[in-house]
Amino acid sequence: MKPRPFDYARPDTVDEALALLAEYGDEARILAGGQSLMAMMNLRLADPAVLIDITRIANLGYIRDASSNIEVGAALTQNKLLAWPDLKTKLPLLAAALPHVGHFQTRNKGTICGSIAHADPSSEIPLSLAMLEGEVVLRGQRGERVLKAKDFQKDMLTTAREPDELIVAVRFPVHGKGAAFREVARRHGDFAMVAVAATTDGKGSVRLGVGGVAPTPVVRAVNGNAKDAIEKLASELEGYEDLHASAQLRKDILRNLGPLVIAEAEKCAA
Amino acid sequence: MRRVNKGTKVRIGLTLNGRKMSAETEPRTLLSDFLRHSLGATGTHVGCEHGVCGCCTVQIDGAAVRSCLTLAMQAEGRDVKTVESLAGPDGTLNKLQQAFRNHHALQCGFCTPGILMSFTDYLSRNPKPTEEELRDVLSGHICRCTGYAGIMAALKEAVGLT
Repeated sequence: MKPRPFDYARPDTVDEALALLAEYGDEARILAGGQSLMAMMNLRLADPAVLIDITRIANLGYIRDASSNIEVGAALTQNKLLAWPDLKTKLPLLAAALPHVGHFQTRNKGTICGSIAHADPSSEIPLSLAMLEGEVVLRGQRGERVLKAKDFQKDMLTTAREPDELIVAVRFPVHGKGAAFREVARRHGDFAMVAVAATTDGKGSVRLGVGGVAPTPVVRAVNGNAKDAIEKLASELEGYEDLHASAQLRKDILRNLGPLVIAEAEKCAA
Repeated sequence: MRRVNKGTKVRIGLTLNGRKMSAETEPRTLLSDFLRHSLGATGTHVGCEHGVCGCCTVQIDGAAVRSCLTLAMQAEGRDVKTVESLAGPDGTLNKLQQAFRNHHALQCGFCTPGILMSFTDYLSRNPKPTEEELRDVLSGHICRCTGYAGIMAALKEAVGLT
């Protein structure tokens, strides 16, 4: 289908975008890559009165290496980050996760920050941000605030962004140690039924993250026996049922992928 | 700042396959429809209209993207390439197209323009891909008649993989 009619605005600066957000609030939606939003508009699941296209704002498509973290701007596409030469050494988790985000063709347009804003429970980038304990930089006319990933993503498709705020950047803490990412989907590039990520510091401290089993990414430290920790996590999580998988299947995928991903992360740290 | 209110028609210009063109559009018009209905470039096909099937894939500034998930307004001033750009002026097929013909990589041909535009972008960045890489890029397209064996054979010929 086609989207319902809307007013289109294409600001040249962040300040212009913030002024539009202040004026229209939740009547407006930000258009960056549009790989989720445009699909939702075509399906009439989203119906904004005003669409604010931020893709022509200069200097929003950046990658900034601030040594302890990597900051990416609101218009940076997923493929641009994937092609960044330092990705494998500084953010190996993202290097492993990004190839699972949609397809080559959608990553050409889809943005890192847009995926964070959309907050799909099975989405790879929010899971990676939660795993690395990254930050989201929000700006409005009232000022700027920086939220931890866990404080930003509140629920399924729901974030702490206020209607007058723009996500101007996200920051991924540099984690050059072991990292691994796997997911199960019906077809590569489709929405993950379950995504599992693991990181290690190379000294025995392991973190495990799961997407697609709860409304938001779930991240736990794994102490002691990995198998027991995974079993405990799988039994604690409620899981949810939809067209793609039952709650039970989701939990079973976690039980199967968990040990593999932890072993891969430990191997890559060694 | 560019602002266009709903229902208002504005003229936008873009470069389509090397030629400057312009036509009227309104904010809700998708690039896929703008190309077909306003510019007459019907080589681009429209399938699912939510970014899944890949038929409508075109290149904007060289990058293969879904034209059904792109507004015509977003292509204003950009360099857009569609399947019509591939063959020579006399209709001679390019290497990729010829490989598709050689291997019967199309039957109804509905999905073909999108696949060709995806790989024209991808192969320009990675001219010597592995079979696995080709399959990964092809996963962004759905073909419902030939299956993918002929398409893979064509792609492998085009990049010299045996």
